[in-house]
Amino acid sequence: MAGNKGRGRAAYTFNIEAVGFSKGEKLPDVVLKPPPLFPDTDYKPVPLKTGEGEEYMLALKQELRETMKRMPYFIETPEERQDIERYSKRYMKVYKEEWIPDWRRLPREMMPRNKCKKGPKPKKAKDAGKGTPLTNTEDVLKKMEELEKRGDGEKSDEENEEKEGSKEKSKEGDDDDDDDAAEQEEYDEEEQEEENDYINSYFEDGDDFGADSDDNMDEATY
Amino acid sequence: MTQAEIKLCSLLLQEHFGEIVEKIGVHLIRTGSQPLRVIAHDTGTSLDQVKKALCVLVQHNLVSYQVHKRGVVEYEAQCSRVLRMLRYPRYIYTTKTLYSDTGELIVEELLLNGKLTMSAVVKKVADRLTETMEDGKTMDYAEVSNTFVRLADTHFVQRCPSVPTTENSDPGPPPPAPTLVINEKDMYLVPKLSLIGKGKRRRSSDEDAAGEPKAKRPKYTTDNKEANLDRFHQHFRDQAIVSAVANRMDQTSSEIVRTMLRMSEITTSSSAPFTQPLSSNEIFRSLPVGYNISKQVLDQYLTLLADDPLEFVGKSGDSGGGMYVINLHKALASLATATLESVVQERFGSRCARIFRLVLQKKHIEQKQVEDFAMIPAKEAKDMLYKMLSENFMSLQEIPKTPDHAPSRTFYLYTVNILSAARMLLHRCYKSIANLIERRQFETKENKRLLEKSQRVEAIIASMQATGAEEAQLQEIEEMITAPERQQLETLKRNVNKLDASEIQVDETIFLLESYIECTMKRQ
Repeated sequence: MAGNKGRGRAAYTFNIEAVGFSKGEKLPDVVLKPPPLFPDTDYKPVPLKTGEGEEYMLALKQELRETMKRMPYFIETPEERQDIERYSKRYMKVYKEEWIPDWRRLPREMMPRNKCKKGPKPKKAKDAGKGTPLTNTEDVLKKMEELEKRGDGEKSDEENEEKEGSKEKSKEGDDDDDDDAAEQEEYDEEEQEEENDYINSYFEDGDDFGADSDDNMDEATY
Repeated sequence: MTQAEIKLCSLLLQEHFGEIVEKIGVHLIRTGSQPLRVIAHDTGTSLDQVKKALCVLVQHNLVSYQVHKRGVVEYEAQCSRVLRMLRYPRYIYTTKTLYSDTGELIVEELLLNGKLTMSAVVKKVADRLTETMEDGKTMDYAEVSNTFVRLADTHFVQRCPSVPTTENSDPGPPPPAPTLVINEKDMYLVPKLSLIGKGKRRRSSDEDAAGEPKAKRPKYTTDNKEANLDRFHQHFRDQAIVSAVANRMDQTSSEIVRTMLRMSEITTSSSAPFTQPLSSNEIFRSLPVGYNISKQVLDQYLTLLADDPLEFVGKSGDSGGGMYVINLHKALASLATATLESVVQERFGSRCARIFRLVLQKKHIEQKQVEDFAMIPAKEAKDMLYKMLSENFMSLQEIPKTPDHAPSRTFYLYTVNILSAARMLLHRCYKSIANLIERRQFETKENKRLLEKSQRVEAIIASMQATGAEEAQLQEIEEMITAPERQQLETLKRNVNKLDASEIQVDETIFLLESYIECTMKRQ
């Protein structure tokens, strides 16, 4: 405070002349609002390049945009149900090719599984056929322990078979019932590992329920 | 990833793959590597849709996966690869200039589908080419596969990593996800198969299918190919260097540089600081056939190029008539600097550009000295310096005279840090493109009703022409679109074209800046 000469008088800590204002000159006004959103520019932008190459690339770009929309990779958002079904909508649907990815290159968990499509009864029949009832969490855990004891070889054989079977089927492009059950079963085993309290026959994520079931079978809810 | 990059990726993904893929992709870019269930939980989408989206993203090389311990598979997005989608038209056009229509369609199919097997590509391209040919002519598979082989030889197309084939059956369980490997040597191998067949026209496909005997069914290959973007980038970089030399000197010197670059295409890796040394004799032999300049003239040109202050070409030895290299990193740095200078000039005026170039040359310079060297009045010079400083084209370096850093006793030097200025400009470019895309989408949405109407009218006219209608009827249909509406459509089309063209050209700047930043980072 000893260095404060003259109370309340502003003293610059640096040489004001260095910045460009002479001593005692009126400083410019303090800006009280943010700068404008679209300030005027003194210099207008240079016009775009034109030429054969540029025009061709432009046409290509627009074409690519349209083509991408029609490819099977473009996943449309499912629209909400309209109150009136418009007649024209039927004729404006774009027919897309079905794309089946190469499952060998993707992780196993990517394969689509039709969860709980069939009711529990046919599933039980298949389970009985396979000889491994998987309707209870505890049973499955016990089974897992058994399998681990028996060694991974057997389990992997089973899974290998199922996987190969599903690979072949998916290559042909048919969805087989056995396939679904096999995948479902394989998936269920993994599912149980998470120790959830819900019995397997219940639907897991509410989102899947009824939203995308292809066959119009009503889910049996418990 | 900066916010600007994420926004741009989100817009690109949405335009090309739809909203669901966009949501998943952006989530992965933001949060890094994540397993399947966490993605589904965090984004609130159903597992099924997440799987579909991930399949699409993996197919297009935008997302990669890795198996971690305990069998958990984690997915990671490649943000920079998403941004490459802006450059697709440039890749396709470049292939067209090098390998004509067949090559162009091959690269287009590969880019649209992510990866494809060779037989699938050949078939699709042959069909497409047959569509455009005259009636009765068909495209032979052999020609298409020849072009494909040429593309693979020059490394524009490469093999994707594939599942390793194990001969012995593994005793353990199959892994949750395949680990894809690729041998460096096998990257550009093309399966030797003779694809016999011709392209099919969509209309008369039944007759053709019946005509082909069963024995001639083409064999299918199983390993996938993808477009090698790095090779394209190398080509673009070479193009930029050649055109820079042509602008600075003359056509002949640019041809010489082009020859040198062509000779080192395969021998030099894309990230090398300079090409392999080439002797003057070799260059003389490899000059294009049309150019007949004598050896002495060539030597003179090479000496001139090597002495140029821009240092694109350097002399590395005297054997073989003089060994010359092209300094790739220096060339990229010069190009990036030139971009910065040009941006300063267009934004702030030529006086600012003069000050900018002065500071670049002197490296560190005081405010007083700027006024003297640039010969610009003090007040204006100060104003310009501060403007550039506030826009981050320049920065201040403090050199204190006393330990207490008192401002009155400190030197303040202006300097340009090219790397950080380039980064700032790159960030701005991303923002610009995001703005351009949004504006284009807005314009299209505003006039959606009008666009749909015009499309319907065109469809009606086309169908009427096919069934053979009179002029009067066609006229009547065309009048369904009134004159002001036509005007509106014209304006819309012009605006959308301008916005699209701007996107393509901003992408060129992005390419230069990214290449420069990448090579500088590698050097450090």
